Amino acid sequence: MNELHAGKSGGDTLLDIENVERIFGGGRKLFGGKMPAVHAVQGLTLNVRRGETLGVVGESGCGKSTLARLVVGLDLPTAGTITFDGEDLTALARRNRNALARKVQYVFQDPVASLNPRKTIRTILEAPLKHLTDLDARGRERRLEELLEAVNLAPEFLERYPHEFSGGQAQRIGIARALAAGPELIVLDEPVSALDVSVQAQVLNLLDALKEKFGLTYIFISHDLSVVESVSNRVAVMYFGRMAELGPAKEIFKHPLHPYTDLLMRSAPAPGRHDLLSEDAAAELPDPYNPPPGCAFAARCPRKSDLCLSARPAPDAARGQDENHFAACHHPLPRA
Amino acid sequence: MTDTTQTVEMKPKRTSARPGTLALLLNNSLATGGLIVLVAICLIALAAPLLPLADPDVTAPVDRLQPVFSDGHLLGTDHLGRDLLSRLIWGTRVSLAVGLSATVIAAFFGSLLGLVAGYAGGRVDTLIMRGIDMVMAFPYILLALAIVAVLGPGLLNALYAIALVNIPFFARNIRGITLGLSRREFVDAARLSGKSPAQILFLEILPNVLPVIVITMSTTVGWMILETAGLSFLGLGAQPPQADLGSMLGEGRKILFTAPHVSVIPGLMIFALVMSINLFGDGVRDVLDPRLRAGSLTRPVARTAVERGDAPVPPPSGKGGVLDVRDMRTEFEIGGSVYKAVGGVDLTLAAGECLGIVGESGSGKSVTAMSIMGLVPTPPGRIAGGAAYLDGEDLFAVSDRRIRKLRGSAVAYVFQDPLSTLHPLFTVGDQLREAIGTHQPLSAAEVKARAIELLSLVRIPNAKERLSAYPHELSGGMRQRVCIAMALANDAKVLIADEPTTALDVTVQSQILTLMNGLRRDRNAAILFITHDFGVVSAICDRVAVMYAGRIVETGRTNEVLASPQHPYTAKLIECVPVLGEPERRLDAIEGRPPVVNNLPDGCAFADRCGRVRPECRSGEIALVISREDRGVRCLYPLNTEGAA
Repeated sequence: MNELHAGKSGGDTLLDIENVERIFGGGRKLFGGKMPAVHAVQGLTLNVRRGETLGVVGESGCGKSTLARLVVGLDLPTAGTITFDGEDLTALARRNRNALARKVQYVFQDPVASLNPRKTIRTILEAPLKHLTDLDARGRERRLEELLEAVNLAPEFLERYPHEFSGGQAQRIGIARALAAGPELIVLDEPVSALDVSVQAQVLNLLDALKEKFGLTYIFISHDLSVVESVSNRVAVMYFGRMAELGPAKEIFKHPLHPYTDLLMRSAPAPGRHDLLSEDAAAELPDPYNPPPGCAFAARCPRKSDLCLSARPAPDAARGQDENHFAACHHPLPRA
Repeated sequence: MTDTTQTVEMKPKRTSARPGTLALLLNNSLATGGLIVLVAICLIALAAPLLPLADPDVTAPVDRLQPVFSDGHLLGTDHLGRDLLSRLIWGTRVSLAVGLSATVIAAFFGSLLGLVAGYAGGRVDTLIMRGIDMVMAFPYILLALAIVAVLGPGLLNALYAIALVNIPFFARNIRGITLGLSRREFVDAARLSGKSPAQILFLEILPNVLPVIVITMSTTVGWMILETAGLSFLGLGAQPPQADLGSMLGEGRKILFTAPHVSVIPGLMIFALVMSINLFGDGVRDVLDPRLRAGSLTRPVARTAVERGDAPVPPPSGKGGVLDVRDMRTEFEIGGSVYKAVGGVDLTLAAGECLGIVGESGSGKSVTAMSIMGLVPTPPGRIAGGAAYLDGEDLFAVSDRRIRKLRGSAVAYVFQDPLSTLHPLFTVGDQLREAIGTHQPLSAAEVKARAIELLSLVRIPNAKERLSAYPHELSGGMRQRVCIAMALANDAKVLIADEPTTALDVTVQSQILTLMNGLRRDRNAAILFITHDFGVVSAICDRVAVMYAGRIVETGRTNEVLASPQHPYTAKLIECVPVLGEPERRLDAIEGRPPVVNNLPDGCAFADRCGRVRPECRSGEIALVISREDRGVRCLYPLNTEGAA
C-alpha cells in the first residue's frame, strides 16, 4: 500500500485520497432488516500533485462522479480520509464549507443545467465573489471583467439569462464561476461531453490556457479516452468503484497493464480505424448489490484465472516500468 | 416618476419570435371570457362604496320579498326587505376578499412547508409531510367545521379554517417541485458558490417554484370561494346582518319555493365568479406551464405535412438503390420566421450499404432522417420540397395508410435513447410482439417464436427469459439491442439509426456497432447512420455525407473523406477531434458558431468561420460539385483536389 504514496514524497502533493469509501443505502429498516447498500466508491487511494492534470476514466457506474463530489465536499465519504494541502478536507467540508469552496471548485457536465434559469449571468458570477471573497462592490466589478476576459466572453453577456447561450458559452460561464474565488484545484466532471466537437476543442484549449495562467491543478473526469489522453499528465482508470490502473498518461496509453484499460482503448472508435474490439453480449457490470468476491472485471476478462475469482487484487498488484504505474490485476498484460 | 421611466427605457427591447405570455393567454377564448367576467365582477365589487346602492343591512319588513325588477329594487328584496342588488354586490366583495386572503395565507404557509420539506429531505421531510398527511386524512369540510367549532363562528375564523384546510394542497405540490429542483446541478453550483441553505432555498429555488405557486393559486381561488360560501351557508361564516354569498344562499334556502330569486341570484353569482376564475386559472396554467407552452396542447398529426408547392417534383436520380432522396427541404415555421432545417438534401442508399451523416447539433441531420418517413411534427414542421423514393415509390406522395404500413416494416428507425423509446410499462416481449404482429399476420405462437429469434439475433443471452423483462431491468446496451431487434422485426430494407450509440459506454458502443455491421451484411439491409463522431463513421460507414446548416457540404467514401477532406469545414471538424494515441496533437478549434437556419447568409454558410474565404464565397448559390462518382463538395475553393495548388 505504501508504494502508492511514492508520488507523495517525490512530487508536491496537493490532494491525498486514502482508502476512501462511499456507500449509498445500507442502514437498518424499521424492523431491523438490513437495507441493500451500494458501494459507489471503495478502497480508493489516489493523490493529485500540484499543477498536474489527473485524468479519471471509466464507464457509467464506475464511481467517477461520486469521486468528484467527494473531492469538492458535495458528498462526504463513509470511510477513509481526503487531505487537501495537509488539511482534512472532510472535516473542513463539515465545519466550514466556504473555506473549502475557496480552494476547490467544480465544473459541471451539463453547462446549461448548472446555471439557474432565472438569474442573470451577473448574479450567477457575483455569488461566489460575494460569499467567498471579501471584495467590495468595485472590486467585484473589476473581477467580473477579468473573469469574462479570461474565458473570452463579451462583457454585455452579463445582463443576459442562461437560456440565451449556446452550450459552449454556458460552459465558459461555468468555468468563470469556478475560477471566481481563485481556487487551487478544479474538478472538471465531463466538462466537454455535452458539447459539439468543434466547441469541445475551444473549451479544451481554454482550459489549457487558464491552467497555465492561474497555476491551477485539474482533476479531469471523462469517459472519452482520447480527450483524457490529450489533457492529462497522469490517468486513473476506474472500474466498479475501484481503481483499476493508475499511472503516467503516456505509460498507460502505450503500455496498459490492466486488461480493462486495454479493452477500453481498443473499443474507442477513431477516424480511420475499422477494427473495433467487441466483446460478447454477456459482458456486463457485476450486480452492485451483490459484488463478486474477487476481481470485479473477472467475468469479462480474457486473462482471468481461479485466483481472480476468489481473491481481489491489491491496487498495486501489478507494476509497470515507470515507478508510478500500478494496476489492480493478478495477470497484467505483458509489455508489448 | 422620472426614475422609473428611465429604468423602463434602459431595458433593451426584445423582439421575440415567439408570442408573449399575454398574447398566448388572449388566444385562449375561454380564458379570455373568464378574465372579462372576472374583471367585471371585481370592478363592480370594488366600486361598491361609490355606487348609488341602498344600504345592504337596512331592513324594511314592508317591502319584503319584492320580485325582480320591482320599483326601486332591481333584483328585488329578501325576507327582511333588504335590497338584493346591494347585498349581492357587498356580499361578492366579502366573498372575494375572504377567498383571496385565504388563498394567500394557504399559499404562503403551504409553500413554505413544501419548500422546507423538499429541500431538507430526510427526517424533516418525513415529519412535515406526515403532519400534512394527518390534516388530509379528514374530509376538508369536517375539519373546517371542527376548527370553526373551536374558534367560534365568524368570518375571520372561517377564513382561518379554509386557509388551514388548504395548506396541504400547496405543501404537497410545492414539495414535489422543490424535491426535483434541489437535486439539480445549479443548486450544487450555488452551494459551491458559498451560499447558505437559506439563501439557496429562497434565492435559487423559490424563483423557479414561483410560477407553480401562482398556477396553484389561480386554480384554488375559486375552490376557496366555494368553501367560504359553504361555511357561511351552514351559518358558521359571515354572521348576520353581514352579507356574504354563502349566507345569502343559506337565508334564501328556506323560501326557495315561495321566492326562488332570493337564493337563485347569489347562486348564479357564485357560479359566475367560480367559473370565470377557473377558466382564467386554467388559461394561466396552460400559458405558464413550460410543458404545455412548448406545444404539447397542439394536436399531434400522424404525418408531416407535405407542401411542395408548384415546383416540379424531382425525378429519381436513376442510380438505383433502395432509398433515393432528392432535393429534400424541410422547414419549421415558428412565430412568423421560417427555419430551413433541411435545405435541399440528395442521398442515395444501396442495399447492404451504410451511409453516415455527420454534423454538429443543429446541422439538420436528425431532421433529414425524420423527414424521410414523415416523422417531423406538424405543426410547426413541413416538407417544403423534394422527394424521397423508396424502391421508386415517392414517400411524400403516398397515402397515410401506405406510409403507416411502410413505417416499421420497410423502413425502421433506431433512436438515441433506448430508455425513452421503449414503453416503460410493457415488457420487452410485448413490445417486440407488437412490432411483429402489426405488419405480419402470424399466430401468437409464431409471433413469440419470432420474437425469441430476433432477440437471439441481436445476441441477447437467455432470449426466452428476457422476453418478460421490463426495459428498466435491462442495461443501456441491452435496451439498444432490443430497439434494434424491433427495427429488424419485419425485415426492413432501410434502417435509419439516429445516434444509436451516443448514450452508450465505449465498450457497449463497440458491441452495438459490430452487431449492426454484421446484421447489414447478413440481411443486406441499408443503414442510414447519423452521428457526430468520425470515429464511429470510420468503424461502420462505407460512405459519409457531412452536413452543415441544413445542406450536405461534402460526400464521398469514408476513407477518402477522412484522409483528404475537400471542404474546409470537414477538414476543421476532423482536426478538432482528439485522437487516441496522438496526445501531442494541438487541437485546432473552429471559432464562431454555425448560422441560425432562419437567417442563412448568401453564398456559403460556412464563409464566416472559414480561413480560406474569398469575396465570391459570399454570393450566389454554391452547388455541390460531383468530381467523381460518390465524391462531391460544396465549395468554390476546395482543399486536396488534383486541380488545386
